[in-house]
Amino acid sequence: MSAVSSSPIIERGTTTSRIAAIAVAVIIALLAIAPQFLSAGAVDRMTALFIYVILAAMWNALAGFGGLVSVGQQVFFGLGAYFAIRLADAGLNPFASLFVSAIVVGVVSWPLSLFMLRLRNGEFAIGMWVIAALTHLLVNLDRLVQGETGTSLISLNVYDAGTRRVAIYWLALASMTALLGILFGLLRGSTGAAIRAIRDNEDAAASVGVRVTGTKRLLFVLAAFGIGVAGALWLATSITFQPKTYFNVQWTAYMIFMVLVGGIGTFEGAILGALVFFLIETWFGGTGVWYLVGLGATAVLFSLFLPRGLWGTIEGRFGLRLLPVGYRVRLPENAPADDGSAPSPERTTPGQEKA
Amino acid sequence: MSNQIIQGILLGGYYALIACGLSFMFSVMRIINLAHGSLAVFAAFALWWLASRFHIPPFVGLLIVLPLMAAIGWALQRFLLERSARGGALLPILTTFGLAIVIDNMLFEQFGADTRSLAPYIGSLSYDSWEWPGNIYVGKLAVIMFATAVILLGGLQLFLTRTRLGRSIRATSEDPDTAGLVGVDARRANAIAASIAMVTVGLAGAFLGMRATFDPYAGAPQLLFAFEAAVIGGAGSLWGTLVGGIVLALAQTVGAQVHPQGFLIGGHAVFLVVLFVRLSTSGLGLRGLLRLPSRSAS
Repeated sequence: MSAVSSSPIIERGTTTSRIAAIAVAVIIALLAIAPQFLSAGAVDRMTALFIYVILAAMWNALAGFGGLVSVGQQVFFGLGAYFAIRLADAGLNPFASLFVSAIVVGVVSWPLSLFMLRLRNGEFAIGMWVIAALTHLLVNLDRLVQGETGTSLISLNVYDAGTRRVAIYWLALASMTALLGILFGLLRGSTGAAIRAIRDNEDAAASVGVRVTGTKRLLFVLAAFGIGVAGALWLATSITFQPKTYFNVQWTAYMIFMVLVGGIGTFEGAILGALVFFLIETWFGGTGVWYLVGLGATAVLFSLFLPRGLWGTIEGRFGLRLLPVGYRVRLPENAPADDGSAPSPERTTPGQEKA
Repeated sequence: MSNQIIQGILLGGYYALIACGLSFMFSVMRIINLAHGSLAVFAAFALWWLASRFHIPPFVGLLIVLPLMAAIGWALQRFLLERSARGGALLPILTTFGLAIVIDNMLFEQFGADTRSLAPYIGSLSYDSWEWPGNIYVGKLAVIMFATAVILLGGLQLFLTRTRLGRSIRATSEDPDTAGLVGVDARRANAIAASIAMVTVGLAGAFLGMRATFDPYAGAPQLLFAFEAAVIGGAGSLWGTLVGGIVLALAQTVGAQVHPQGFLIGGHAVFLVVLFVRLSTSGLGLRGLLRLPSRSAS
């Protein structure tokens, strides 16, 4: 690491990141066998955590990397659950319907993206909210759902509670791992360079030939699909489907909280944010309204005073990269941690990107 | 049916009231305030609290609440928006969304889940009506609301074109740096604009409370109405918001005729149709939808 040469060093994997990669594999393996040792309640909580990680990672993919802040992502969460109900009602195996449903959500999001991606910033954000509100109303019209009374994923009841719990746990773990894997692969590949270019400066990216709209559309559909998976999994854990609960803007509020606290635009930040949110919910979730006030206030404070979030700050200060998705150029004269003064093509913070 | 059309047009006055603050703020500061609806509901609760606790009639209560809203607008700009706007175009969305969550839940904490209304405190005004030729009854409150919207929009228009302060706000919205060069204090102009926007929000909240019921979580639908009306009518001047509000209200009226749950669906649908037509004909994004009032103010 401290080798001195006359040319700049281009880094991708570092020793830390290789250790981190092994640690991630070990953690996933441990999580996979964890239900053997955990109580039923703990398994359910862990399933919720995996769903939160999916939500945070997907919202971060859209906002942190695609520069598309949406406050209507609950539409995909609700649709993921709704289509699963519909497919299971049509006779599909309930577990299969969870994933077919998410694919349907992804497919639906495609034509939607043609239209919504032409809006920018605040208009996109609130336009998505209108879409969510309208979809909620339309789902309410479905006789199967019975308006706000809702319905249930009854066919899941053929499995006994224990099997069901563990099966959903594994499905959630597998979905989380797969979605994070897809995102990681996407960000590391050639699309990743385009994504980061757009994140840093959309106009400049377009001027050097990056396909801005196509790349954004990819992120939009991926996020819709992932959040659809999360909604379907949430339905599997709670069985009941009430449109009001699933199409609630609170889901987006959670996503925003997780990503803002963890670190918008960083791969690890979303995961950290989901963990923080999970712990806060475990400790303070019982306090009801004050808990929500606290979440909102924390989001405001982070956006004002720590817009890079926890991970962005750690990363900036210590030059730490656990799961590097970009390249880093280090000038040999500089101290390794002094990353800010190096002409770094990989800029990971919204604060810097506007500079 | 003509009766319903007239009611729809008058309801459009309310949407114009709530929309004009949103589009005014956007045109000056390029910020869409996601706490807009929540702040209107806050104003309604403040009036309700004054009326139920201190027996202050809502129209008198406005003398307290509107200055309060102006102060809130000033503080909002100075302490939240100004700071977050420096972090790029996306941060203010997140900041104001967080603020909306805080306001909604604080209201819930303070006032509970019950739906409230200001109607009991304004006497017979809530149900009085005039009979128009053709057996049409129009509510006095609805007419007052519509007239307020017209006066407010006209007043804002005059203020922006005819006064020194209004011109400095317009200059700031066009180009803050150049405005600064010719001696306009952009921070002050923005803070004043935010105060004005919040006063309109306070008025909208008052009429929301008088014509209907509200609860702590009523802010989100109001924000959507405001946004929809502003986008539908956003093609030209502030008067566009009035047109937008009327179109929105008429679409809701038609929707309600088609299906019992069609009121809101009709509104959202017409918004999306207008958006679709606008996007496919103009190819404009952000600035094409909510255009600056200053462009056409003269």
